[in-house]
Amino acid sequence: MSAQERKIPAPPVSPETQPFWDATADGRLMIKKCAGCGQAHYYPRALCPFCGSDRTEWLRASGRGTIYSYSVMRRVPVPYALAYVTLEEGVTMMTNIVDGDLDRIRIGQAVKVVFRPTEGGPPVPMFAPA
Amino acid sequence: MTINGKSYIVGVYEHPTRKADDKSLPQIHAEVAKGALADAGLGKDDVDGYFCAGDAPGLGGLSMIDYMGLRVRHVDTTETGGSSYVIHVAHAALAIAAGKCNVALITLAGRPRAEGMATGTAPRTPASSTPDAPFEFPFGPTVVNQYAMCAMRHMHEFGTTSAQLAWIKVAASQHAQHNPHAMLRDVVTVEDVVNSPMISDPLRRLDCCVISDGGGAIIVARPEVARSLQRPRVVVRGAGEAVKHQMGGKIDLTYSGAVWSGPAAFAEAGVTPADIKYASIYDSFTITVLITLEDLGFCKKGRGGAFVSDGNLIAGVGKLPFNTDGGGLCNNHPANRGGLTKVVEAVRQLRGEAHPKVQVKNCDVALAHGTGGSLGTRHGSATLIMERE
Repeated sequence: MSAQERKIPAPPVSPETQPFWDATADGRLMIKKCAGCGQAHYYPRALCPFCGSDRTEWLRASGRGTIYSYSVMRRVPVPYALAYVTLEEGVTMMTNIVDGDLDRIRIGQAVKVVFRPTEGGPPVPMFAPA
Repeated sequence: MTINGKSYIVGVYEHPTRKADDKSLPQIHAEVAKGALADAGLGKDDVDGYFCAGDAPGLGGLSMIDYMGLRVRHVDTTETGGSSYVIHVAHAALAIAAGKCNVALITLAGRPRAEGMATGTAPRTPASSTPDAPFEFPFGPTVVNQYAMCAMRHMHEFGTTSAQLAWIKVAASQHAQHNPHAMLRDVVTVEDVVNSPMISDPLRRLDCCVISDGGGAIIVARPEVARSLQRPRVVVRGAGEAVKHQMGGKIDLTYSGAVWSGPAAFAEAGVTPADIKYASIYDSFTITVLITLEDLGFCKKGRGGAFVSDGNLIAGVGKLPFNTDGGGLCNNHPANRGGLTKVVEAVRQLRGEAHPKVQVKNCDVALAHGTGGSLGTRHGSATLIMERE
């Protein structure tokens, strides 16, 4: 079974993160990069967690990355894979691995972003084998 | 200013209940407070400082001070999940050293079993203002699968095995057989652990702590008070606290905040890991113990699997007896918060009041470590070092 069958709760959207969710609805994954220190961060914030600057800018990520770690939750009606994926841009984000055999997921595996609908909210970024 | 030698743990109490259908939450807080005061030989009116965390009902400190009829001049409701109570001891020591109170009461209570709480495998809905909520909650993070990702990465980088993790549960079960209050008293083997049902890869059922009702309390007092009492004296030597998080996306799941809280505590206490005769290590899961032991310096990073194997954590067998009450893995994890009971068992060991089958000989210096929140996302780490006087 794939994670698509699990009901995905809607992410709570705030003014700070609205552009992120506008982008996911449009099939784009955004991260933030600081114009002050030049570093990218995740999850996206108005103020840079590294230098404190408020000059953070939205940056479209390539959507390609590798699995940093994962775990398949078995003791639920629909097993699913929680994971951290490290993007090409260097940040690591929490997500799900979908569209593949849950038993074949491996650390270091190449993945690409896909978007999945949520219950009454914007779609969320998940990752499938590249 | 240092807290070394400025205060004593004079009273501890662990509630015997593990399923409190017949008790209210504030009632358990009050019962454990009464128990710890009786253990110390003090009365309610001696308390002039109160410490509690997010498990306290209502307005926390305000509600419980009202319920118990206390009159305090110092209150601290520091909330770092299950590590809170280890931090509370350090903060009580600070407050006492600064003259803000003489007798500090710390309480913990919870009834997740009676309330039928799906603790480990169901995502807990966060408040919508929680900054990480939109970027995590939709993906189904639970307590167990977050810790499982730490275990998975540790295995990947260092070759740690499920059998090595299992030794941690084996040691806890060896100790729990002697604790009449422990939820799980059956001794288990490595084979039992690695053949128990998979919960979230690679953590199996016996890698996970129990869900239990109950609670506990600690009394910290200034030296003049401690010397007036008829109990063995346990002095607070040093403490460290830290918060580790996702570092803005530079995530490394292989270490915990203990890499910061541990050295701070050892430096303040003036001791090293080699001086520790007994360690209470927070054991929400077996992997929590393994990573913490590495980070505290009991072995090198990545060597935790070898360190915990072959009974090295079993009292009377190994080099570092741990969680001799059975810990969260077998005894008790009240309110899903295990920090307080970690201090309680360390005090029992230092007083020579642990069960004779697990009492560590010449136990003069002990450590208690709490981990609150989640190793997989953000957590508090608290290390406390105590000495028998």
